[in-house]
Amino acid sequence: MQNNIRILTAGDSSLLIEFGKEISPEINRKIAATVQLMKEQHIEGVVDMIPAFCSLLINYDPRVVRYDKMKKRLESLVRMDIKVGAEKRRIFEIPVVYGGEYGPDLAAIAQHAGLSEAEVINIHSSQDYLIYMLGFLPGFCYLGGLDERIHTPRLANPRLKIRAGSVGIGGSQTGIYPLDSPGGWQLMGMTPVKTYDPDREVPILVEAGNYIRFVPVDEAEYHRIQELVDSGDYQCVIHEEV
Amino acid sequence: MGIRIIKAGMMTTVQDLGRTGYQSQGFPVAGVMDVRSFQIANLLLDNPENEAVLEFSLIGPTLEFTAGTLIAITGGDFQPTINGEPAPMYKAIDIHKGDVLKFGSARTGSRGYIAFSSYLKIPVVMGSRCTNMKSSIGGFKGRKLQDGDYIGFRIKRRYLPFFLSRTLDIDEFNQEDTVLRVIMGPQDDLFGKQGIDIFLNSEYTVTSDFDRMGCRLEGPYIPRKDTADMISDGIAFGSIQVPAHGKPIILLADRQTTGGYPKIATVASVDIPWLVQRKPDHKIRFKAISVQEAQRLYLEELEELNRMRKRIHQPCREVLECRQVSRRIRRLFP
Repeated sequence: MQNNIRILTAGDSSLLIEFGKEISPEINRKIAATVQLMKEQHIEGVVDMIPAFCSLLINYDPRVVRYDKMKKRLESLVRMDIKVGAEKRRIFEIPVVYGGEYGPDLAAIAQHAGLSEAEVINIHSSQDYLIYMLGFLPGFCYLGGLDERIHTPRLANPRLKIRAGSVGIGGSQTGIYPLDSPGGWQLMGMTPVKTYDPDREVPILVEAGNYIRFVPVDEAEYHRIQELVDSGDYQCVIHEEV
Repeated sequence: MGIRIIKAGMMTTVQDLGRTGYQSQGFPVAGVMDVRSFQIANLLLDNPENEAVLEFSLIGPTLEFTAGTLIAITGGDFQPTINGEPAPMYKAIDIHKGDVLKFGSARTGSRGYIAFSSYLKIPVVMGSRCTNMKSSIGGFKGRKLQDGDYIGFRIKRRYLPFFLSRTLDIDEFNQEDTVLRVIMGPQDDLFGKQGIDIFLNSEYTVTSDFDRMGCRLEGPYIPRKDTADMISDGIAFGSIQVPAHGKPIILLADRQTTGGYPKIATVASVDIPWLVQRKPDHKIRFKAISVQEAQRLYLEELEELNRMRKRIHQPCREVLECRQVSRRIRRLFP
């Protein structure tokens, strides 16, 4: 496994650790574990890290640590036998109102899949999705593991504005829009939870390696949670499972 | 106590060194495009290294000061005037209440900077005062400045020692051909020898598709050895990506955190300021250097900034001459 890992140069202030060339939960867990290890070891000079599907970009300050030293440091770090899978899964519950005005494309998704709307909701909310990486927009999660039965092509005409909190499907992916944005995903529901809030102490709730679980709620529950979110009293439900 | 924006110009934003530490969550760094001009502007006023400034491009702003302060103007030459009189650049300037600072379009360069000794009253969001326009946060209300905006000052500070010494050599951005030094990688192996040869031995032209996110170049097609889709990975400041159309795009301050196009090389940190001051139709060539060499150049540049800092903390020639004369006069009257 370690033999596949390459450390590549990305300019004079970054190194890219390439863990493989495929999207797989194993590689992703390894990256999450490396990020964790980097944080624990407080490696001097590291400014920022960008974990992706199968790589980790490390930005460092050449005033503090030079290339050769940093590269050696990372080489010995990836050689370490990183324990993968031993940690607990952190699962974030995301309450979602499906369908109606909250999810204007739910009917289209169901029609495309040849299923009822209830079956689509059931499939979508019955599994935990691994957050492979965050990118594209602040707090936008690339989630893996959408059931093939509900894969749905993107809209032919993207919407100019999709509201923050919208939950949708784009091809083989599902996700939550963290802020108002144009987009072409088919919208199936809406969550009152703000996955991104710049004024919150923790602006973005989740990180790569965590899981998301969509939980269907009714409109009344949606409004109750939204009030808590607006007053700053909402605590996201987080499960820790082995 | 602050500045009133009479005319905002085309693209004037509050910037500092950027919002680092959140890229793992998809949060772009933003921050100034030309770090060197930014640092020189703050240095001239003994400001903290990361103090927020105004960055502008294409057409500069017109500001009215509602309190006295000191400022420094650096970067491209936007023909600044104060109350209609030409204003010096790369020099600490004493500003009085009511003064109007006006910029035109860029004669040379394409980005200008103003630093303020009284510090702009801009809230810190996630560790930075910089504007991130795409997510509408930071800076002034998360957006570029508009006519009529008002930004206050945080402190009163109008005295600096060695005031007359606070003038530095002007960086000239008038050349139309630039050689950018680059470090090859991380995905140069996807291009093969032919692709790399074309990249390193061709002349590219800056297009008008050039903003805070990136700079698109026109020129010879760079073929790829392997055309399979790449899996998205993290992007560094100055990354040169080559999409399927084979023309390089250099990713700059407002770049997304991750991207799925292969990156043939990365511009050396010291050369990014010279890139971002280019204008459409200017020519660019690339020259590969080692990462060790790029880091040596970077540390050398920091040394140069230190020398500037020392230079403006010494009495200037005019003051020294006065002192000499006064000593002579004193000797005449023992």
